[in-house]
Amino acid sequence: MIARQERSAFWTQALMPSAVLAVFFVVPFAIMLAVSFFERVEGGLFEPSFDLASYIRFLTPFFGGILLVSITLAAGTAAVVVAVAFPFTCFMSRMRRRTQSAVLVFILSVLSLSEVIIGFAWSTLLSQTAGIGNLLALLGLIEGPKAYAPGLLALMLGLAYLGFPYAVLTMYPSVSRLDPELTEAARMSGASPVRAFFSVTLPIMRRTIIGALILVFVFTLGAYLLPQVLGRPRHWTLPVHITDQAIFQSNIPFAAAMAMFLLLVSLALVGLALAAGADRKCDPA
Amino acid sequence: MTRLARNAFVGIVLLFLAAPLVVIAGVSLNQPKRLLFPPQGFSVKWYAALFTENDWASALTNSVIVAVLASVLAVSVALPLAHLAWSRRSPFARALFGLGIAPFMLPPVISALGFLVFWLSLGLYGSILATVVSHGVFLIALPLVTISLGLEAVDRSLIEAARTMGANGRTVFLTVVFPLIRPYLVSGFAFAAVLSLNEYIIAYMVAGFSVETLPIKVFNSLRYGYTPVMASAAVLFVLVAVTVFGAVARFGDLPRLLGAYRSGQP
Repeated sequence: MIARQERSAFWTQALMPSAVLAVFFVVPFAIMLAVSFFERVEGGLFEPSFDLASYIRFLTPFFGGILLVSITLAAGTAAVVVAVAFPFTCFMSRMRRRTQSAVLVFILSVLSLSEVIIGFAWSTLLSQTAGIGNLLALLGLIEGPKAYAPGLLALMLGLAYLGFPYAVLTMYPSVSRLDPELTEAARMSGASPVRAFFSVTLPIMRRTIIGALILVFVFTLGAYLLPQVLGRPRHWTLPVHITDQAIFQSNIPFAAAMAMFLLLVSLALVGLALAAGADRKCDPA
Repeated sequence: MTRLARNAFVGIVLLFLAAPLVVIAGVSLNQPKRLLFPPQGFSVKWYAALFTENDWASALTNSVIVAVLASVLAVSVALPLAHLAWSRRSPFARALFGLGIAPFMLPPVISALGFLVFWLSLGLYGSILATVVSHGVFLIALPLVTISLGLEAVDRSLIEAARTMGANGRTVFLTVVFPLIRPYLVSGFAFAAVLSLNEYIIAYMVAGFSVETLPIKVFNSLRYGYTPVMASAAVLFVLVAVTVFGAVARFGDLPRLLGAYRSGQP
């Protein structure tokens, strides 16, 4: 009797979440998968059929170029971001709890900022009338104010700004649980701080760092707006082209095929990152 | 490394994070209708414009409506889901939990396109309902994670005690579990609302041309005519985020909420 009650309670609880997720998440993905095989209709949207045309376009230099740009940008950004975010997180987690809270509030605020706002803020900061160029000219370091955006450097700065809070927040749990006595022991045995860092902290944190690298890579790979605002058209990444094909070229099947590709790559990488993180949790540390 | 050097490093990085925001705040105070820094003159008229100029005010209203309704949806899906995954360790509950996290983990452009084709086939493309539901589903992950953290902190012996005294599942949930996880529920709602306010790509793909939210409005101005109102809108975003997360930190344990916990630590 109780067992039956429990079972019915299970299903009343499960019903709403499963229905919402099935209808509004699984179904859209199924439709998207179907559409990626549909035939594009000139002037209209698409027509049901089984057409591999969208996937065959993956073999063109056009798509190869996009992929190369996207991966290079994401990998470069992930490396830079984690290289800065790891020591930052370590140092921050040693600060007093109140200071940590304040820093975390700021980090979360930056994290929640829309790509639109970040793009706008950086393009202003790097612009001719309101930015660094102006300041450098004021100090007499360069001749006249000049603009630094759009360009590759501007784009990398923006992407790093976007990914940094994610890197900090993914590494924060394991970094803050790291026993400070481990590094202290290394220091007491005469290791220099730098040596203690490289021979104790870094190896323990290897999985955390790899996890963060992958997550920032996936996250930057998903940037859709910064390449348009801070980069030049040759820096457009996969998501920019997905949006462009869907909205402006009205080629939803090709957009869907590219989205499926991005989905598979991201799923594989997120799975890898979770696996790296999961093993870490099993450690008795 | 000395304490000074460590703090200096953290300080420099924080400065890098603050720099664009400082410039934006300066630009928003310009007297002339231009984006200059340092600002020329001083005026708060661009903040007033955010609430009085028709197109900006309506974008702001849209954003707030979407954020509130989408977060309500996200929390009402996340609460039973988190409770289910916590009380039963069945594979079905775990799979459902993963499905709730997935939309947020994937590059948002993928979900955005999925939602686009979905609403197109339903004929609801361009309606505010599309924006609300898409945001709600996209953001389930946030309350799901915070509520789960709250549930993990619930002492199971309390529930045993209530059970022994004859309370049924419903009573236990309402009188024991719910009051304990309420702060986590509120912070989950707050996280979802702030992210919805800032979300661009999904809102743009499902209804960008008819339901203009604040980020869409800012981006359109970025393309078709700069105005300092963009900067005041950006400052508003930062202020809302700092206020909300500051409140969460003030009334809750932010480091714990973000996963920091070492036994024996004060």
